[in-house]
Amino acid sequence: MTVSYTVIVFVKQVPDTQNITGEAMTPEGTVNRGALPAIFNPEDLNALELALQLKDRYNAKVVVGTMGPPNAAEVLRNALFRGADEAFLLTDRAFAGADTLATSYALSCAAKKYGKFDLILCGRQAIDGDTAQVGPQLAEKLNIPQICYIEDVIKLEKGKITAKRAIEGGYEVLEAPTPSLLTVIDSNIPRPQNAMRIMKFKKAKTKSELIKANSTYTDANERAAEEKRLEDKDLLIYEWSAEDVGADKERIGFAGSPTKVKEIMSVVLTATDTKKVEASEKGISSLIQELINDHTLG
Amino acid sequence: MANIGNVWVFIEQEGGTIAEVSLELLCKGRELAARLGVKTEALLIGDKLGKCVDKLYEYGADTVFLAEDPRLEPFTVQPFAKVIMDLIREYNPNILLFGATMKGRELAPRVASEKLAGLTADCTSLRIDDFEDRVSKKSYTDKLMQIRPAFGGNIIATIVNTWDDPQMVTVREGVMKMDEPTPGRKGELVKVKPALTDAETVIKVIERVREDKDVNLKGAQIIVAGGYGVGNKENFALIKQLAEVLGGEVGASRAAVDAGWINHDHQVGQTGVTVRPKLYIACGISGSIQHRAGMTGSKKIIAINTDPDAPIFAVSHYSIVGDLNTVIPQMIKAFKAKA
Repeated sequence: MTVSYTVIVFVKQVPDTQNITGEAMTPEGTVNRGALPAIFNPEDLNALELALQLKDRYNAKVVVGTMGPPNAAEVLRNALFRGADEAFLLTDRAFAGADTLATSYALSCAAKKYGKFDLILCGRQAIDGDTAQVGPQLAEKLNIPQICYIEDVIKLEKGKITAKRAIEGGYEVLEAPTPSLLTVIDSNIPRPQNAMRIMKFKKAKTKSELIKANSTYTDANERAAEEKRLEDKDLLIYEWSAEDVGADKERIGFAGSPTKVKEIMSVVLTATDTKKVEASEKGISSLIQELINDHTLG
Repeated sequence: MANIGNVWVFIEQEGGTIAEVSLELLCKGRELAARLGVKTEALLIGDKLGKCVDKLYEYGADTVFLAEDPRLEPFTVQPFAKVIMDLIREYNPNILLFGATMKGRELAPRVASEKLAGLTADCTSLRIDDFEDRVSKKSYTDKLMQIRPAFGGNIIATIVNTWDDPQMVTVREGVMKMDEPTPGRKGELVKVKPALTDAETVIKVIERVREDKDVNLKGAQIIVAGGYGVGNKENFALIKQLAEVLGGEVGASRAAVDAGWINHDHQVGQTGVTVRPKLYIACGISGSIQHRAGMTGSKKIIAINTDPDAPIFAVSHYSIVGDLNTVIPQMIKAFKAKA
């Protein structure tokens, strides 16, 4: 069966904000990112799973992409271990400090650089910011339709997708032309990494990782030959800079971000004046009386 | 009148019923507009919505922009975004507020991206202040301070949009206070003709199933909420019983919802509803930062927990260290005896 559809899944490596420990916050109340383990953003795993189901059902090609520091290649390998076919990393210091608008612009450049696709899938939101903005903004940047809160794809056809999504208090079944962008919610169980694929794709590397692992390269030709060798074995993770994807410097990173952070404060427990109530019939009875007297109850 | 644009509120509605968060935002919008010396204006988009207009005046709208078209019902993002963008281009508002609902959170970023405006999600507080950008050395007067929790609720960030107007935000439901409406208050109706093309109406809704929520936590005066410490689904009956006796509603922590003991409509906290009742009784809720974010505005908080070190006790007015299976029946008995 030949490849019928191309699905790009955008994923993000995020600090694990759901399991924050004491060391994760500095005494000044800022976040110590270094103290938090970096994980695959949970809903991006749901998006990847949905893409892999499309691979199972329609022999779709699954391409996974991310923007981040060089070590964000980890989440790409993780995706290859689970079944993705190809991966690209968008990395450049010029992308640093991006808000959601600058991020979606950078990702739109990467999608265009990749070429033709039928669908883009993203997790609904990332747990470090919880904004859920990059998906819709990326769809707008690419001038394609968006469907958010996807639970499942009912049918994929040439030029058309039928999908089920959550709405407030229920669900909708929608039909959209392709290419379209879907954001996916926690509605499936991501498949685990596959042992055979781990054996193969643990050797997958980006250009930077190749250089790091082989500091003896003397000339560019030698490195290019090594890259070609990896690519032939499907083991090259494409690595693109801002220039590689043709991004306008004024629209990426800090410069391309309209929102600025004025102030950050840690959340401290506001110590409330607490009255201890004895867990006895007498204690509870006088508490209830007090609440009736001050008209909280009754 | 100042030479800046007005404060706009996107009015969310379902079948002609206006979402409460939109009324909350009209009240907040009116406060911001008064501070800036501008008007508060409402964007009412859909089909056959004429009967909603008066209510918007009563809650503070000076102007209602009404865009009606059969293609705007049911809600889909792109046609709504088109109508809003066309209005922004024509009128240049200074501020645009959306509820951080499922609809608001998919619509606002599409508009912000096209307008190249900043957008801050899930704000819990808004005010007007000056801003000095230390990096660019530029200073701005009378900007919207967009205050929101981040990093799983562990920090509170104040964010400013320094690019094009409007300054756009989504605001969490239930956090802005709703003022009493002013009966008979009137404003100006501006009917808008939506300029929709095939480019925006490509998504077809094949099937749509929805039910209204079976619980109104936001309006509740008394909430009895259960957490993971309740132990199992059967024990949750005790929480419901206490709520019934006290004339309150049933709330829950995320842990209890995830365990399947009660549905998501009852969830209080960062990913649920923000509540501010007269009395909040937290039963077997440890008090994660995400849960506390949704209930510390309650006037009186009673916490029942077997763990004396549970963080919930730090925000409670009455701490009961004990087993809820004993304490709740005692409360029911005591209340029945006195009331």
